Amino acid sequence: MIEAQANRVMYGKTLVELGERNPKLIVFDADVAKSTNTIQFARRFPERFFQAGVAEQNMMGIAAGVATTGLLPFVSTFAMFAGSRACEQVRTSIAYPRLNVKIVATNAGVEIAGDGVTHQATEDLAIMRAIPNLMVVSPSDPVTTRKAALAIAEYEGPVYMRLGRQVNAVLYDEDVGFRLGRMLKLREGSDIAIIATGNIVEQALRAAAELAKEGIGARVLDCHTIKPIDREEIVRAARETAGIVTVEDHNVIGGLGGAVCEVVAEEHPTIVRRVGLQDTFASSGRDFRMLLAHYHIDCETIIEKARSILHARAVSRASIPDS
Amino acid sequence: MKPAAGPKLSHSPADRRRSNMSREFNPAALQETARRLRVNIIRMTAIAGSGHPSTALSSVELITYLYFCRMRIDPGNPKWEDRDRFVLSKGHGAPAIYAALAERGFFPEEVLWTLRDVGSLLQGHPDMRKTPGVDMTSGSLGQGFSCAVGIALGGRVNQKGFRVYAMLGDGELQAGQVWEAAMFAGHYKLDNLTAVVDDNKQQTDGLTKEIMNVHPIADKFRAFGWDAVDIDGHDFSQIHEAFQKSARSAGKPYAIVAATVKGKGVKAMETSTKWHGLPPGPEEAEAFVREIEAG
Repeated sequence: MIEAQANRVMYGKTLVELGERNPKLIVFDADVAKSTNTIQFARRFPERFFQAGVAEQNMMGIAAGVATTGLLPFVSTFAMFAGSRACEQVRTSIAYPRLNVKIVATNAGVEIAGDGVTHQATEDLAIMRAIPNLMVVSPSDPVTTRKAALAIAEYEGPVYMRLGRQVNAVLYDEDVGFRLGRMLKLREGSDIAIIATGNIVEQALRAAAELAKEGIGARVLDCHTIKPIDREEIVRAARETAGIVTVEDHNVIGGLGGAVCEVVAEEHPTIVRRVGLQDTFASSGRDFRMLLAHYHIDCETIIEKARSILHARAVSRASIPDS
Repeated sequence: MKPAAGPKLSHSPADRRRSNMSREFNPAALQETARRLRVNIIRMTAIAGSGHPSTALSSVELITYLYFCRMRIDPGNPKWEDRDRFVLSKGHGAPAIYAALAERGFFPEEVLWTLRDVGSLLQGHPDMRKTPGVDMTSGSLGQGFSCAVGIALGGRVNQKGFRVYAMLGDGELQAGQVWEAAMFAGHYKLDNLTAVVDDNKQQTDGLTKEIMNVHPIADKFRAFGWDAVDIDGHDFSQIHEAFQKSARSAGKPYAIVAATVKGKGVKAMETSTKWHGLPPGPEEAEAFVREIEAG
């Protein structure tokens, strides 16, 4: 049975599972194996684990070269260094030649808290999403983290997968039908839709439970694949509810919020309110929950945004004279 | 021992391997091939109207030697998994490998005249998905070298006997990624890897020693755990000797620092720094071709 644990811990366990199945799997890390949890694979398969040292740009190139020889490289480091420092190497050496490299980046978002801005990746989804050929995955809980790791190993092509640092509650049964590119519906509802990604999905569920007490039915969608994004599910949410709240531990520009806005603007315009980091650098914090609340990436803000959409709809309905 | 002569009936992998073992060292023949590559470099960049002819010209003897004497490759099977690999990390020198690949039969010569055109097999910088015989996409300086090191590591993990050759420019050595890759190759003792530095002493904005000095080069590689040798990059005998040694290196990757002349074979290019990113005009091109053919 899968218990509450950090998604990165579940990733480490799944890598071992994958390593046992697939002798072509090879793992690289840039001196953060204990944090990314690739250390679990390193202990089990030392001959297939390679430290690249604090040299992420080179590590991406090494993985690209290795992939051309038929091996299946998983490359891990912190999201800050995979998504930003080694961005051009990911783009030109991996994504452009469509090499079968899996980049699994951990410690993403404001929630890493204590280390502060130098280590808080809050733009990686936006950057990686803008690179052609690259799939972008951001699972929410240990069950879907395992399923996502298994699924990207099967998928032929480059992938960026984003994981956080903190402990995650289990949100799904182990037999949940997980498919890359298809959102998971965690809760039905037709008054409002909350589309969330990554560690913060749990807060979206909590917000929906609170809204229910007020008689507001909030649909909760777990957008674990940021690219290709599930356009169908977004359009359905836009069509069937009063509006959409997006939730992410990431800048509201270019990440999940941006992606959802692009789809609704083209397909079915509606009100979207984006919960996330409001285009600012964050601070260190001793308590990650308090830090997220300080930047309004929390349950209360989701509730408030949901109410504000319903209020805006009520006002606009009231202002239209009866014909 | 040579394979038995006789009609070629099959094209089994074993046959292929025999037929693609490195060829005999014949400096006169290599010189003639080098001349043809130079002519095609001038012609294709003139037709394309952009590109880097002079940086391609400095590498011609090295690339000719690799493609026509050293590497085990098969034009009929560019993705042959036991082939030796070549990564042009100084990807702007692409016209040189395009000329070599056409000459070696990977694609028809006419393709050269499509260089840099929309939809061409021949992109401005090497593209492994578009050009038969190109082993790695490269051109953003420093990146190709890391990929070459990764290919060498993959060869070792897969227990393959192929060798990986990476060519870098002297200006490229200013990129930090080059030394991250060199450190990795030294640390993991990748002795199936040979790096060749085409030290033509110039870069886009001028002389390398004035822009940002990279010398001494061989000592830097040695400090990162490599064996290294300095040679004249236009002298086939020295090239042959260095590559022979590199193939025998044990426990260390091998760097060949080849002193070259940018624009080699065309006096106007040899004596001016303006040709880095400048192709010849149509009339200049024909004059240059005559000069190369006479030389």
